[in-house]
Amino acid sequence: MTFETLSARFAPARAVRRPRRVRTSSFSYRFWRSRTALIGTAGLLLVVLGAIFAGRIFEADPLDMVARPFIWPFTDAAHPLGTDMLGRDILTGLVHAGRVSLAVGFSAAALAVMLGVVFGAVSGYFGGWADQILTRVTEVFQTMPPLVFAVVVVAILTPSVGSIVLGIAVTSWPQIARLVRAETLRLRDAEYVQAARVMGMGHTRIILTHILPNAISPVVVAGSILVASAILTEAALSFLGLGDPNLISWGSMIGAGREVLRTAWYMTALPGLAISFTVMALNLLGNGLNDVLNPRVSLS
Amino acid sequence: MSVSGVALPDARVLRYLGVRVLQVIPTILAIVVLNFFFLRLAPGDLAEVIAGEAGSASPEYMAILRQQFGLDQSIWVQFTKYLTELAQLNLGYSFRNSLPVLDLIVSRAPNTALLMLSSLLIAVVLGVLFGAISAQWRGKWPDGVISALSTVGFATPLFWVGLMLIVLFSVELRWLPAGGMQDLEHSYTGFAHMLDVARHMVLPVFSLAFFYIAIYTRLTRSAMLEVQELDFVRTARAKGLNPLPVTLRHVLRNALLPIVTMTGLQLGALLSGSVVIETVFAWPGMGRLAFDAVFQRDINLLLGVLFFSSFLVIVSNLVTDLVYALLDPRIDIR
Repeated sequence: MTFETLSARFAPARAVRRPRRVRTSSFSYRFWRSRTALIGTAGLLLVVLGAIFAGRIFEADPLDMVARPFIWPFTDAAHPLGTDMLGRDILTGLVHAGRVSLAVGFSAAALAVMLGVVFGAVSGYFGGWADQILTRVTEVFQTMPPLVFAVVVVAILTPSVGSIVLGIAVTSWPQIARLVRAETLRLRDAEYVQAARVMGMGHTRIILTHILPNAISPVVVAGSILVASAILTEAALSFLGLGDPNLISWGSMIGAGREVLRTAWYMTALPGLAISFTVMALNLLGNGLNDVLNPRVSLS
Repeated sequence: MSVSGVALPDARVLRYLGVRVLQVIPTILAIVVLNFFFLRLAPGDLAEVIAGEAGSASPEYMAILRQQFGLDQSIWVQFTKYLTELAQLNLGYSFRNSLPVLDLIVSRAPNTALLMLSSLLIAVVLGVLFGAISAQWRGKWPDGVISALSTVGFATPLFWVGLMLIVLFSVELRWLPAGGMQDLEHSYTGFAHMLDVARHMVLPVFSLAFFYIAIYTRLTRSAMLEVQELDFVRTARAKGLNPLPVTLRHVLRNALLPIVTMTGLQLGALLSGSVVIETVFAWPGMGRLAFDAVFQRDINLLLGVLFFSSFLVIVSNLVTDLVYALLDPRIDIR
């Protein structure tokens, strides 16, 4: 083969304009192709925007009595979702309570992910006795029934947003720790990690710059599902009367509505629907992200 | 040893069980230490609780009480005492109920077990059924409907499902009782009593099962889809076996393994679920006991429930491991 034919073969065909290449493996391309992820994002966005702008859209204090009590939903245009037993607007209440539920859900999940990443990475990276001890600790925390454990933590520290976040995080970090440990074990002996070690890079820096960035996808997926389960746990705690006494969340609205369940069940039904909607959006987002981040799944 | 495909428990399996039991001991000890730590962390000690109960107490009386309970001793002495009592199955005394904590728990545990096992049974049966249907008609409308329902099941708080079922079946339709375990107006006996309890069980059992039906549906679906791809299934199809026997005997049977694991590992979550469900339906079980303990500020009792339920989880994990090892001869028993 002569040089001419070779260069002709590899020369760009000038006459033909190539279409702009779409990287079908890119995150945004795959994300936009995943219906599940998009529906989840849209639902979550709706709830989050509602919570963020709660104060602007519904300026009234959710604790103010604004009308006569026990107005059923869809019967009064001024109060589309009705009023509760004290004449407080339910729609305003739902949107404001959503702030508390979301804030607790996201903070608890964030704390759990932080704990889980630290424990899991140390355990997987160093191995040996550190791994032995940390794996045992993880097991202990996984053995105690999560809600019973959370109830004990919140009851002993007295109910407040802080103790609820701590109670939920302390019961959910082991799943993240196990995940991160497994990923770290997989990456620990990768060639680029060995190269970094040979170059004399410190352990902390290797973990932070070489291992964690490559272990992040499953953590993101698990994290979004963790937010969902944290919202459910917060609701259960508030329903059991262990919510922050100074704040209203969806769970405590259900707990309050329960008192009049027989005559005005809508007070219980509506906050429950809000929880379901939010949790469903988060789960869909998590499942969608799982498909998006897993290159073996084809999105069609 | 495998005669009918299932290995009988032999010396190997027993040794494996022994090793696992030994491994469990540090876990139990750690939970004990945590429990003791919580007990110390709780606001107010036993003397204050009793003094509060009595209305008022002089400092001298409090000092006597503290001496009586050994609360004036060093933390190590107290911890040793706590350990010795636990080793004798003494979980402490509930001053609110004037009964030992263990007696209270043991009297309530069967009710919780009844609730949990019934829910688990329903969840497994319905979940495997739905999952199998879903996998068989993958991508068709039954799969779509079942997947949508399980998405809802995953996202709905258990206690809310319970409350809505009460509204529908107790308040509106008046078919089923809204709470309790038996009719207190007529004290039925014999068969009538069993029927009465069964009527009271329907709503709590289905509320608790709701979430787990969703879990088993999804698990069965994905396990079956995985097995369907395997060579032996293709061989079975290729040699012309009927699709239904292939689904039942080749696919479903091999997909059951993750379901067994899941069942064992779900006990903790199921216990958590029964706390809220028992609270909603006034079901006299351990969960309700924990709820009452929170409100009576009976920390001893609350920690007793935590310890006892953790212990149950440990036992169920052991049993799961064993069943798993028996079902799958490939599992390495060390």
